[in-house]
Amino acid sequence: MSGRNLFTRPARLAAIAPYGWMVLFFLVPFGFVLKLSLSQVANAQPPYLPVFDLGAGWQALVAAAGSLSFDNFRLLLSDDLYLLSGLRSLTVATTTTALLLLIGYPIAYAMSRLPRRWQPLAMMLVIVPFWTSFLIRVYAWINILQHDGLLNQVLLALRIVSAPVVWLSTDTAMYIGMVYSYLPFMILPLYATLSKLDPALCEAAADLGSSPLQSFWRVTLPLSLPGVGAGALLCFIPLVGEFVIPDLLAGSDSPMIGQTLWLEFFTNRDWPVAAATAVMLLVILLLPLVIYDRFQRRQMVRP
Amino acid sequence: MEALSDTTPQAGTALPLLRIDAVGKRFGGFTAVDGVSLDIRAGEFFALLGPSGCGKTTLLRMLAGFETPDSGKILLNGADVAQVPPHLRPVNMMFQNYALFPHLSVRDNIAFGLRRAGMRRADIAARVAELVALVRLEGLEKRRPEQLSGGQRQRVALARALARRPQLLLLDEPLAALDKKLRDSTQRELLALQRKLGLTFIVVTHDQDEAMTLADRIGVMNAGRLAQVATPRQLYEAPRSRWVAEFVGDINIIEGRITAREAGRLRVTTEGAGVLAAPVPRDLSDATEVCVAIRPEKIRLSSRPPVDDPAGGAINRLEGTIRDVGYLGSASVYTVALAGGATLRVSLANAARLHADAYGAGQRVTAWFSPDDCIVLDR
Repeated sequence: MSGRNLFTRPARLAAIAPYGWMVLFFLVPFGFVLKLSLSQVANAQPPYLPVFDLGAGWQALVAAAGSLSFDNFRLLLSDDLYLLSGLRSLTVATTTTALLLLIGYPIAYAMSRLPRRWQPLAMMLVIVPFWTSFLIRVYAWINILQHDGLLNQVLLALRIVSAPVVWLSTDTAMYIGMVYSYLPFMILPLYATLSKLDPALCEAAADLGSSPLQSFWRVTLPLSLPGVGAGALLCFIPLVGEFVIPDLLAGSDSPMIGQTLWLEFFTNRDWPVAAATAVMLLVILLLPLVIYDRFQRRQMVRP
Repeated sequence: MEALSDTTPQAGTALPLLRIDAVGKRFGGFTAVDGVSLDIRAGEFFALLGPSGCGKTTLLRMLAGFETPDSGKILLNGADVAQVPPHLRPVNMMFQNYALFPHLSVRDNIAFGLRRAGMRRADIAARVAELVALVRLEGLEKRRPEQLSGGQRQRVALARALARRPQLLLLDEPLAALDKKLRDSTQRELLALQRKLGLTFIVVTHDQDEAMTLADRIGVMNAGRLAQVATPRQLYEAPRSRWVAEFVGDINIIEGRITAREAGRLRVTTEGAGVLAAPVPRDLSDATEVCVAIRPEKIRLSSRPPVDDPAGGAINRLEGTIRDVGYLGSASVYTVALAGGATLRVSLANAARLHADAYGAGQRVTAWFSPDDCIVLDR
């Protein structure tokens, strides 16, 4: 029996480790953010009033809990800047995720159909852009999209347009940048799912009278939904909070929530409102996670 | 008793259901199927048997339409289907690991082919119910493949393949994924089902017991070619080549040269087992370098030399010592080291409970067998 304990104890530790990591590097920092969001801005260093002091003892803690202020959250709800930027973030993230699926799925599908020996190379090609800094790649897009940039030169040379098109500081530029930057995150989980699909399933579908299109629709697509879900989630969540791409490529008239957060934090130096915005963002993001989790569970236990 | 000569397809009679005509398939530099010709009659249970890589699966996949032959014709009811894509062929296949759709229930798996055929809803429901009853899956219609046992999955795969009433059902290693006990009962069910429905089955297998039990005829494949097409009995008792003899069942092979020929008998002088009498094979080639093959269960043992030959002719007697006894339950396999240097494997049924292991290691014995039980084959 002792041998068995020796075996299970490290195994249990290994199972706990990811939770420990989450508590230490996510839950605890989030606690700080939450605490900060209940504070008030102040002309001080750091620029906010302490909500409560853990060192002040239990009595003081209870007293502080009674006088907690939700003013920052009230502000978020009353000023439509926050709601609008939240809404815009969701719209942009949803649209981009849809575009990523439309572009990424055929690429991942084609990769999974390549001869086995070519697949690692295709995978490398998808990952290769990561070897260059993300920021540099976005700046490269500024270069391509600017007034006398590569795109306009090509369009003019091919006589598709007669005058340079304004790309930069438009939503189009932002979507180009976002789709470009996030495409690998969509392709990789899709490819992982599609390449694991048993080719015999499509043969069985064909054997039972399905045309290639029907086989795809009835067998490949439903069986790749977990990959679709994973890829969509992997892109959607960071897209909602995306700051750099809209800041560099889109116009400034309607900020995304990440930009609003940045504005509150750096320009207005209102850390508590920035923290409240961060909390709101997290709450928004929990929603798709819960939906995905439900979907996964149903996939597993459906009778 | 059935004749041991090969039945050649009769020319001039009605076309067979399936005619495979000089079909070949190469993958790069590798010839998977090399000019195979074969006729399959309607209602036949045919087995393609061979070691892995012999081309049997490639041949089956060409019949289903997943591979296109490089040469030759595949005539189904007289029409060449070699270039017809799989979804347009009146042929269905049961896949090796069943390839059940994991996201669909048992019912939807079985109905899959019927839906693609554009059948009416009510008809589909009736046909599915019929098939579920046929393969005894009642009550499991809503389950998903992962919630079924191996045997149940096999039956779903069978029902799904039968749903469209194929003219020809192809089965790729249909029982390989089942354990031994289940395999035996499933074999009987499969055979009963085939007889009941009167369908034509072609099964690919590497398991010769399975091929023997199931098939009316067996095609043994080796290196892309059909080595022999025969009934199970012909294949076992009258193999046409040394390779087939050694591949199907257990056999002793003794090499020698023909030294005399008299009254329908050959005298073969061997190095390890002296001079053996053997029947003259039907298609004896000019070669004098031959081998004599004898199945282990055709050899008798006795502790003293047999006094007389029961058949009246010369029998083969070989002196030797038991080297090893393998007890298998219903039979024991004795390895006999012959005085001449060769070894023989002899299988004796353990017919009586208390006389098991009648011979022990080290015991001197005479091994004897009738010349008629030998087969003379080219080396």
